Amino acid sequence: MTKILPLTGDHAAAESMRQINPDVVAAYPITPQTEIVMSFSQMAANGLVDTELIPVESEHSAMSACVGSSAAGARTMTATSSQGLALMWEILYVASGLRLPIVMHTVNRALSAPINIHGDHSDGMGARDSGWIQIYCENGQEVYEMGLMAIRLAEHSDILLPVMVCQDGFITSHAIEGVSILEDADVKKYVGSYVPKDPLLDISHPVTYGPIDLQDYYFEHRYQQAEAMRTAKKKLPEIFAEFNKFSGKKYDFIEKYKMDDAEVAVLALSSTCGTTRYVVDEMREKGIKVGMIKLTVFRPFPMEEIAAACKNLKALAVLDRADSCAAQGGPVFNDVCTANYTLLDKKIPTLNYIYGLGGRDIDEAQIRNIINETVEAAKTGKVKKLINYSGVRI
Amino acid sequence: MVNIKELSQIPERLTGGHRLCGGCGATIAVRQILMGTKNPVVVGSATGCLEVSTTIYPYSAWKVPFIHNAFENSASNMSGVETAYKAMKKKGKIKEDIKFLAFGGDGGTYDIGLQALSGMLERGHNILYVCYNNEAYMNTSVQRSGATPFGADTTTSPAGKVKSGKDRIRKDLTSIVAAHHVPYAAQATISNWKDLVTKAEKAFATEGPTFINVLAPCFRGWRYPAEKTVEMSKLAVETGYWPLIEVENGIWRFTYKPSVRKPIADFLKPQRRFEHLFQDKNKHLLDKIQEQTDEHWAYLERLTSISCAGEKPAV
Repeated sequence: MTKILPLTGDHAAAESMRQINPDVVAAYPITPQTEIVMSFSQMAANGLVDTELIPVESEHSAMSACVGSSAAGARTMTATSSQGLALMWEILYVASGLRLPIVMHTVNRALSAPINIHGDHSDGMGARDSGWIQIYCENGQEVYEMGLMAIRLAEHSDILLPVMVCQDGFITSHAIEGVSILEDADVKKYVGSYVPKDPLLDISHPVTYGPIDLQDYYFEHRYQQAEAMRTAKKKLPEIFAEFNKFSGKKYDFIEKYKMDDAEVAVLALSSTCGTTRYVVDEMREKGIKVGMIKLTVFRPFPMEEIAAACKNLKALAVLDRADSCAAQGGPVFNDVCTANYTLLDKKIPTLNYIYGLGGRDIDEAQIRNIINETVEAAKTGKVKKLINYSGVRI
Repeated sequence: MVNIKELSQIPERLTGGHRLCGGCGATIAVRQILMGTKNPVVVGSATGCLEVSTTIYPYSAWKVPFIHNAFENSASNMSGVETAYKAMKKKGKIKEDIKFLAFGGDGGTYDIGLQALSGMLERGHNILYVCYNNEAYMNTSVQRSGATPFGADTTTSPAGKVKSGKDRIRKDLTSIVAAHHVPYAAQATISNWKDLVTKAEKAFATEGPTFINVLAPCFRGWRYPAEKTVEMSKLAVETGYWPLIEVENGIWRFTYKPSVRKPIADFLKPQRRFEHLFQDKNKHLLDKIQEQTDEHWAYLERLTSISCAGEKPAV
C-alpha cells in the first residue's frame, strides 16, 4: 500500500532519508537545500530516525565528515546546493576516489557571481567529472524514489561509488506536489542493511585509507574508478528493473516521450521536461512529429541509449541549464553530440539552447520556439545557429 | 604518572621502516602520543610529512586503522569517523571502546584546518586532536605558516637585503583552542616525554574534545644537525619559547617551569633559520624576540595565577 503525501521536493528527499534511516548524516544548510536539513533534523529530534547528525561548520567539513563516516563503515548521507557543492569540490573527488557509497541530495542552484539563489544546473554540471553518479529528477516523486534507489546503486558491491540525486532549486525543491510514498517496512526491506567493505572501525583488521599513491599505482586506481562507472552503467538496468518491479514504475536512463515516429526532438533534464512534455503534446495536435528525450542518468552517461533514441531524427535540440563557457555549447550538448557522432552513421543537425540560468523561467513559448527552429533545421538539413540562448535579453 | 620501563613495553603502533627523516620530531611526537592509551585507537592525519611518509602505497607503517582525507580536514574527517562509531555502538554493531586521534601539522591546524578544528571542538566530538607543530610547511620546503615565529627565515618569508624573515608573531593556537572551553588542552614537546605522555593519557581519558599542541622540531626547516632534535626541543622549554602548560576544565597551569629561564638566544642560535638575527644590525630583533617571549610568559603567569586562585580565566 502506498500513500500520497503533499510534499515539496526537499521534503520528498527528507522523507526518503527518514525511511532509509542512515547511520550518519553530516550536512550544512544552504538555500534551497535547507528544508532537507531542517526537516531531517526535526525527524531526528522526534525520534523518527536514530541517525547521528553532524551539524558541521561548512560544506567542506560536511563532505569531509561523510568521507570519514563512510570509511568507518556507516551508511552516510548528506545534501547541498550551489556554493555548498562548490566548497565540497575537493572532497567530492576524495569520496569517489576512496570508493565510498555516500548518497547526496543536490538541489541545483546557480553559482556566484553574481550571487543568485535560484535553480540552474551550473553546480551539478561542474561536478560531472568528479566520479559521482548523477541522477537528475523531474519532480518530487522522482526525488523520493531515486533517493531510495541511490542507496542500492551506491552500495552495490561491484560499483561502490557515491551518488548525487539532483533536483531543480525552488522549482522542484519548494513546490508542493502529491508524492506517492511506499510503506516504511517495504523500503526498509528494499534498501537492506549496509555491509561495508573493509571498514576503518574493524579494529581487528586494521586498514589504511587514503595512502599516497605514486606513479606505480595511481593510474591503476583511477582506471578502476572509471571502470566502476562503466560497471554502474551495466548494472543500472538491473537496479531499475528491481525497483520498477517493487514500485510499479518505469525508470530508465532516459525517458522517450512520443519518440516512436518523431522527426524532431527536444532533449532536456529535470523539471523542464514537464513543460516540454506539455508543448510536445500541443504541437503533436498540430501535426508536428516532435518527441522528447528526458535524460535522467547523466553520469554514467547513457551514450548508446541516447544514440538509439536519436537515430531516426531529422533534427535535435539539446537544452542546457548551464553554460560551460567553453565557447562550444553546454555540457549536455557536448556529450549528446559525442554520443550521436560516435554511434550513428548519419549526422543529425543538432542545436544547443542554453536557458533558464539563475532560475529564469522557461515557458511554453520558449519551448515552442525551440521546436519550431528545430523543425526548420530538419527541413533544411542545416543548423542556422549552433549555440542559442533562450529567454535572455541580448 | 608514566615511567620509562612501562612505556618501553608498549607495542609500537607506528612501525619503523617509514620514510620520515632520521631525526624527525614528528615521529617521536606521534609515538609518545600513542603511548597515552591502551585502548584500540583509530588515527587520522592531514596531508603532510606524517601522512605521505608513512603510507606510501602499497605500504603502510600503521598497525592501527588509519585514514587520510585531505589537508584541511583532519578534524572534520575524524568527526565523521567518531560519529560513525557512536552510531554503530548505539546499534550494538561495535563492542570495543575505541579512541580517536587526529593529527595535523601546523599548516594543517593553525592555518588551512583551523575552521575544521574549531567545528570539531565546538561540536564536542570525543577526539584527541594533536598538532605536530614544526612551525612551517616543511613537507613543501619550509614555507611560513601561522605557527612560524617572528624573525624566522622561511622560503616565503626569506631574510634578504631589506627583510629579516617573518615580520609577524605566531598565533597562540593553544589559547584559541582553550577559548572553545574544551575539557582539556595542552602544550607539550618531545624532550619532556614524561610530561607529553602524561598529557596524552589525560586527554585520551577525558570525555569530549581534547587538544595537544606538540612542538616537534624539524632539522630540515630549522636547519640544525639532525641529531640535535631533542636538544632543540629542550632548549625551547628551558628558554620559555615553548611553555609546557595545560588547561584542564578552564584551569590553566604550568606542568613544568624552568627554575631560571635561559636567554632566548640559546634557542635561536643553533638554528640557521635565525642566523641573520645574529648580525649586528639585527640586534634589536633579537631583543624584540626576548621581549615577546617574556610578555607571553607573563601572560601565562597571569592566567595560571588566576586559575590557582580558583577562578576560571576570562578567555
